[in-house]
Amino acid sequence: MNKKDTFLRRWLRGEVEFSALLAEPVYPTPEEAVPYEPKENKHVAIRTLRRSRTGYRAAVTVLCIVFALFMLLVIGNLPQYGAADAPTVNEVPQRYVEQGMEETGAVNSVAGMILDYRAFDTLGESFVLFTATCAVTLLMCAAPGKKKEEHVFEAEVVRYDNDPIVRTVCKLVIPIILMFGIYVVLNGHISPGGGFSGGAIMASALIIYAIVWGEDKASRTIPKKAISLITLCALAFYACSKTYSFFTGANHIHSIISPGTPGRIFSAGLILPLNVAVGFVVCCTMYSFYMYFRRGEL
Amino acid sequence: MSFVQNFPFFTIILCLLCAVSTFVAGDKWGRRLSVALLCVSVALNASVLWFCASNDMSYSYMMGHYPAPWGNEIMAGVMEPLMATLFSVVMLCSVLGGMGHIMADVQDHRKVYWINVDMTLVSLLALCYTNDIFTGYVFIEICTIGSCVLLSAKQNGRTLIASARYMIFALIGSGLFLIGVVLTYSVTGHLLFPQLHEAVAAVWADGRYTFSMTAAIGLMTAGIAIKSGLFPFHFWMPDTYGQATPASSGILSGVVSKGYIFLLIKIIYRAVGIEVFTESGIQAVLLVFGIGGMIVGSISAIRTKRLTTMVAYSSAAQIGYIYMGLGMGTDAALLAAILHIFAHSLTKPMLFLAGADLADASGGENEFHALRGAGHRDVMAGVLFTAGSLSMVGIPLFIGFIPKLHFASAAFALDWQQWPVLLGLAISTVLNVGYFLYTSMVLWLPEKEGVGYRGEKRCPCHYVPAVVLLIIAMAIGIYSAPLTRLIEQGLALFVKY
Repeated sequence: MNKKDTFLRRWLRGEVEFSALLAEPVYPTPEEAVPYEPKENKHVAIRTLRRSRTGYRAAVTVLCIVFALFMLLVIGNLPQYGAADAPTVNEVPQRYVEQGMEETGAVNSVAGMILDYRAFDTLGESFVLFTATCAVTLLMCAAPGKKKEEHVFEAEVVRYDNDPIVRTVCKLVIPIILMFGIYVVLNGHISPGGGFSGGAIMASALIIYAIVWGEDKASRTIPKKAISLITLCALAFYACSKTYSFFTGANHIHSIISPGTPGRIFSAGLILPLNVAVGFVVCCTMYSFYMYFRRGEL
Repeated sequence: MSFVQNFPFFTIILCLLCAVSTFVAGDKWGRRLSVALLCVSVALNASVLWFCASNDMSYSYMMGHYPAPWGNEIMAGVMEPLMATLFSVVMLCSVLGGMGHIMADVQDHRKVYWINVDMTLVSLLALCYTNDIFTGYVFIEICTIGSCVLLSAKQNGRTLIASARYMIFALIGSGLFLIGVVLTYSVTGHLLFPQLHEAVAAVWADGRYTFSMTAAIGLMTAGIAIKSGLFPFHFWMPDTYGQATPASSGILSGVVSKGYIFLLIKIIYRAVGIEVFTESGIQAVLLVFGIGGMIVGSISAIRTKRLTTMVAYSSAAQIGYIYMGLGMGTDAALLAAILHIFAHSLTKPMLFLAGADLADASGGENEFHALRGAGHRDVMAGVLFTAGSLSMVGIPLFIGFIPKLHFASAAFALDWQQWPVLLGLAISTVLNVGYFLYTSMVLWLPEKEGVGYRGEKRCPCHYVPAVVLLIIAMAIGIYSAPLTRLIEQGLALFVKY
């Protein structure tokens, strides 16, 4: 076929067969099948591949540089951060800072903001973690009843529990980390911290335990059912308690939840239990991610 | 406050509780819960719609004890419950119609599939009702993860590659949207739509931060455009929609992309304001890419040799129509765009469900040569597919005709955009006829000898959900005045403060 013989020309000459697509493809019988011969020289193919990869990398680099320059230009046009006349310094943060403690009972105004003023967003964020756990379960976890694949690199895994230094230090450190995590969660409404950061700290203790004493032992110590149960109870409690709070708020019904005395551990209404719930969700999610990626099951 | 006004909030919380309960309850009860939840969601959202439409009102609902701009709130007028009802109906029909395939395709962790049906529903409802740009972002995240799970539930190689690709595109979209939200907040100091509307107008009048404001609007629009598959970002579509189980394809193409687009419409009209959006120049860009999508999507659809890929590429073309409507910027064009959301949401799941049945009748093969005469092997699916094709092409009596008519009449009120729009409509329609006519003809060609029904026989009742979608689509196509009036009423409330 001539190279200039375009689709249009063939069509005008009446040579285009539109029903060709319907024809059953002719598969050669094994005897007739011609062994595969690359149409082009192998070296040419590799060179083309390399070129296209280089082209792709060049395009990506150019795109990134352009985007970075664009973002720098945008940042140059933003109001100065923290300036007194910046648009973000308006009645919204003013009320959070000035009346936050009185209205929510939380000394930590960030906790008051995310768990009381804008609790709906945080409810959504907790469920983002839940959905992400579900996604990882689907992709990484072997189906119940099916045997999971054996670890191929089992022999190469370093067993830290035989190492006296690591074992002793971890025995000392893990309770301290856990304790600190619990402290950060429980004091979330009084000092910097809260459910998200405290939960991450607690999860790090559990992950260290799993690294040092092995995933199988961790799995026996912290059973799968317990993790599911804790996550579900925390999420259900969060959703139910906020249902009450949102419903009373929207319908202007008096709520029995009071901010209490700011600065005391049992104060700030729902913020303390919500911090605990968020802490559990974050801790279990992070630990489950580690276990799923490492072991394929909880 | 009337009790009905609590329903949007109730549906959202119910979805969350159902998702958590499914985790405990397992597969069988999870399935029942999801179906029941979708039915309840249809009923509750329809009640809110009826309440707001009969009282001609919109209201904001405080999520907590603090009013805007300090607390979160959701808002319901006529448009929001209308879209929420549409999404729930389409999801219900997709799930029920694709149930057989879900059972066959999703072998492991079926419980997780049902959890994510619930989570996708909650995110769509929240995207419909939210009155806060950051809440919008949070539920976009849930929607992204939820739809990835729906997609990857059929765990074969191609689906996993498709979902990885979808995930990458969706995350780029979310990232751009988040950067846009951050920039918007830095320039305006607000996150709730009514306050944003005033602040953006003030920033625009002031002129100091016009560039960063334009960048913010552009990034949010680009993020949503990537997520909903606007040309030239539609390359994730064919594999994504073509490989998933039909219920997931229906949900993803029928409602998830529309949920994002509805959020964009809210941002454009309620937060940014259409005047600012027009002046920023982003509107013209949307128009160009919309028309490009209409044509390129259709050309790609013509070139494929597989039925589901063809239907998927046709989605890219249909998304192009909606963006073209947003790019035209007039009220009449917005009406047409929303009618097109209806047309596409109702028709596309029907095409995916019927297409899967036709492939089943042809020994599970999707290629056109295998589908020859499939209409004779599975008459009901053939009829449904042909009806869906007619609707997508825009034949009168079907819903697809209504938005095209509105697009064309809206085009005459435009300035320089008039001819690009009319030509785009004409070319795209001709191309649509090309591939849908061809497919329908393939389906009804005489069967080759010796080729019978090659698949598992299914209960006739499994066509019911697709038939329901067809009935709704034809009812609107024959008598569109009530829906048009409802949307006009909704849009009047939508932009009013």
